[in-house]
Amino acid sequence: MTVFLGLPRADPESHLHGAPFPQAARAAIADTQLRRNLGNATATIRAKRARVVGEVPDWAALRAAGAAIKDDTLARLPELLVQLEEAVTARGGTVHWARDATEANRIVTALVQATGADEVVKVKSMATQEIGLNEALEAAGIAAWETDLAELIVQLGHDTPSHILVPAIHRNRAEIREIFLREMGRVGLPAPADLTDSPPALADAARRHLRQKFLDARVAISGANFAVASTGTLSVVESEGNGRMCITLPRTLITVMGIEKLVPTWQDLEVFLQLLPRSSTGERMNPYTSMWSGAVEGQEFHLVLLDNGRTAVLSDPEGRAALRCIRCSACLNVCPVYERTGGHAYGSIYPGPIGAVLSPQMTGPSQNSTLPYASSLCGACYDACPVAIDIPSMLVHLRSQVPHPAAERAVMRSVAYAMGSPRRWAVALAVSKAGRLLGRRRGRLSTLPPPLSGWTSSRDLPLPPAESFRDWWTRTHGDGS
Amino acid sequence: MRIALFLTCLVDAVVPAAGKATVELLERLGHEVVFPPGQTCCGQMHVNTGYPGEALPLIRRYVETFEPYEAVVAPSGSCVGSVRHQHAAVASGDPALAARAAAVAARTYELSEFLVDVLGVTDVGASYPHRVTYHPTCHSLRLLRVGDKPLRLLREVRGLDLVELPGAEECCGFGGTFAVKNADTSTAMLADKMRAVLDTRAEVCAASDSSCLLHIGGGLSRLRTGVRTVHLAEILASREGS
Repeated sequence: MTVFLGLPRADPESHLHGAPFPQAARAAIADTQLRRNLGNATATIRAKRARVVGEVPDWAALRAAGAAIKDDTLARLPELLVQLEEAVTARGGTVHWARDATEANRIVTALVQATGADEVVKVKSMATQEIGLNEALEAAGIAAWETDLAELIVQLGHDTPSHILVPAIHRNRAEIREIFLREMGRVGLPAPADLTDSPPALADAARRHLRQKFLDARVAISGANFAVASTGTLSVVESEGNGRMCITLPRTLITVMGIEKLVPTWQDLEVFLQLLPRSSTGERMNPYTSMWSGAVEGQEFHLVLLDNGRTAVLSDPEGRAALRCIRCSACLNVCPVYERTGGHAYGSIYPGPIGAVLSPQMTGPSQNSTLPYASSLCGACYDACPVAIDIPSMLVHLRSQVPHPAAERAVMRSVAYAMGSPRRWAVALAVSKAGRLLGRRRGRLSTLPPPLSGWTSSRDLPLPPAESFRDWWTRTHGDGS
Repeated sequence: MRIALFLTCLVDAVVPAAGKATVELLERLGHEVVFPPGQTCCGQMHVNTGYPGEALPLIRRYVETFEPYEAVVAPSGSCVGSVRHQHAAVASGDPALAARAAAVAARTYELSEFLVDVLGVTDVGASYPHRVTYHPTCHSLRLLRVGDKPLRLLREVRGLDLVELPGAEECCGFGGTFAVKNADTSTAMLADKMRAVLDTRAEVCAASDSSCLLHIGGGLSRLRTGVRTVHLAEILASREGS
C-alpha cells in the first residue's frame, strides 16, 4: 500500500526563497549604481519590445493562442508527459523523473559521475538554478561552467542572477571588465591584459575563454525552452550560439526541464517562437533555435523531468495559470517594483511579478509570505505577458493564503467592523477629526505612529476635513436622499 | 438622469472636496444626484491586502445600497475597478449575491467614463486657468481602460494649459497598503513620479483617483514643491475666472 503524502513542494535546497522582500528591497533601493543600471536596461528593453510587438497585427490572437495551448497542455499534463517519455525513449534517449531538487541533483550527479568527467559545460537553465545544481555538482567534485555570456558574468562575479533573461542586468560594462580580468585566469583561459570595457572586446574575451571550455567538455547540461510531446523534441532558444555548441559538442547531454515546459505538437511551437523573442529580447526572431529529438549518433542523451512544486501549483485553480509562463521576462521589464529593487530582492531565482506568484506557490505560501505583497498591483505585468497570465489577480489570491501578522489582522478587522454600518463609519470619521489637532499648526500631518509611520516617512497627510461630506450634503441637500 | 453618488471611503474621510465637486458638476449638467447614506466602502483595501472574508459584508452592503439605482458614479477609477473586477469574484461562494454584484457593477462608472460614454459630453463648461499635468492612474488605465477620456474632458476646459506628463503610465507607487508595507519601494516610485511632475513645470497635478493624489500630493507637500494635486472632478466643476 502506498501512502499519499501530499503534493511535492520545492525542497529546502531549492533557490526559491530568501530574506523578507521589504528588507531586501531596502538595501537594493539604496544602491544608486544598481538603480541606474536597472533603470537604463529595463527602459531600453521595454521600448524595443513595445516596438516589435506593435508590428504584429495579430498579437492579441497570438497571445490568446499561446494561453490556450498552455492551458490545454496543463489540463492534459500527465498524458502528455508520458507521451514525451515514450517518444524520447523511442529515439534512444533516457528519461528520469525527479520529485524535487534533491532527487534531480542526485540523478544528474550520478549521470556525470558515470562518465568519469569532473567538468561540465552548461547552457543557461533556470531549472538547474532553481535546484542549485552547480552547488550540488561542486560538492561532488564536479565543476560546472556557465556558457551563456550573462550567466558567465554572474558566475565569475560570484554573484546570483538578477533577471530571468538578462541575469547580469545589474552590472555595467566597467564592472564586467573588472570581473573578467580578475577571475577568468583562475578558472581557464585568462582575459587579455589590455581588455577594455567596449562590448566587442568583452564579447571577444568571453568567446575565447568559452571556446576552450566547449572543446574540453565531455558532458553538457542544458535547460529547455520547449519540449514537443508528440515527437520527443527538445528545444533551446538563445542569442549567442553557445547553447548550440553545448548541445552538439560534448558526448553526453543532460537536459533538466520543468514538467510544464511542454507543448503538445510541433505545430504549437509556431505560436511560441513568435511570442517568446518579441516579448523577451524585443527581437523579431531569436538568432539560434536548437532542436533535438532523443539521442543523435555518438551522443548519449538524458532528460530529467523536474516537479519541485509544480504539481502543487497545478492543483490550485486560481494559481495554475502561472505554469503557462515561458520565462520571457516581459513582466520584469515593465514592473515598477522590479525596476527599483532588481531581482535579488525577491530572494528567488524567479524574480519580478512572475516570481512573486510562482515562488510562493512552489514553496507553499508560508515560505514566501512577503512576495505576494511585492507589487503595487499596477497591472503592467498582465498587459505585457505574452501568455496572458493575470498576475495581479493571482497576487491578490495568494495574499489571502499567506499567514497575516496579528496586529495587521486586528486593524483590518476593526476597520471592516467600522465600515460595516454607516452609523459606525460616521463615528469613526468623527473620531478621525481629532487628527486635526495633531497637525493644526502646519496644516498637515507629518508624523504618525506605526504602522502609519510607513506613510509619513516620506509623505504628508492632509488634515481630516473640518466638515465631512455627509455633513455638507445634509447642509446643502437636506436629509432625504 | 438620476445618478447615485458612490463617494468612496477615502473621499469621505480625507478629501470630501472631490465628492462635492462631483455633485456640483453633475447637477450643473442638469442631473439629479442622490447620496445613498447606507454606503461605506467597496472593500478593495481588504481584498487587496488578503482579507476577502472581511470584505464580503462590505460588498454585500455596496450591492444592497446601490441596487435600486440605474447609474452609480464614483470619483475613483480604483474603487470602480474593484467593483467591476473583484466584487462578483469575491462573492463567488454566494452565487445569488455574485450575480447581483455583477449587475450593479455593470451600472457603476468612473466619472470620466460616465461623462463621455453615458452622458456624451466632453465640454462640461468648466474654466480653470492653470498649467495642469495629468496622471492617468493604473486602475483607470488598465482595469477600466478609460483611455484618453480624462484628457478629452480637460482639453475642453477654458484657460487650462494641459502639459503631457513624462512616463505618465507608470505607477506612482501608492498601491494601497503597499505604500506602508513596502514603504521604501513605494517612496522610490513616488520620487520618480514627482520628478516627472516637476519636469512639466505644472502648477497642478490632476488625476481621477484620490488615493494616488493623496500619495503624490503627500510627497510634493513634504518636499515643499508648491505643486498642488487636484481631483479631475474639481477641475471640471470649476468656474474660476469665468
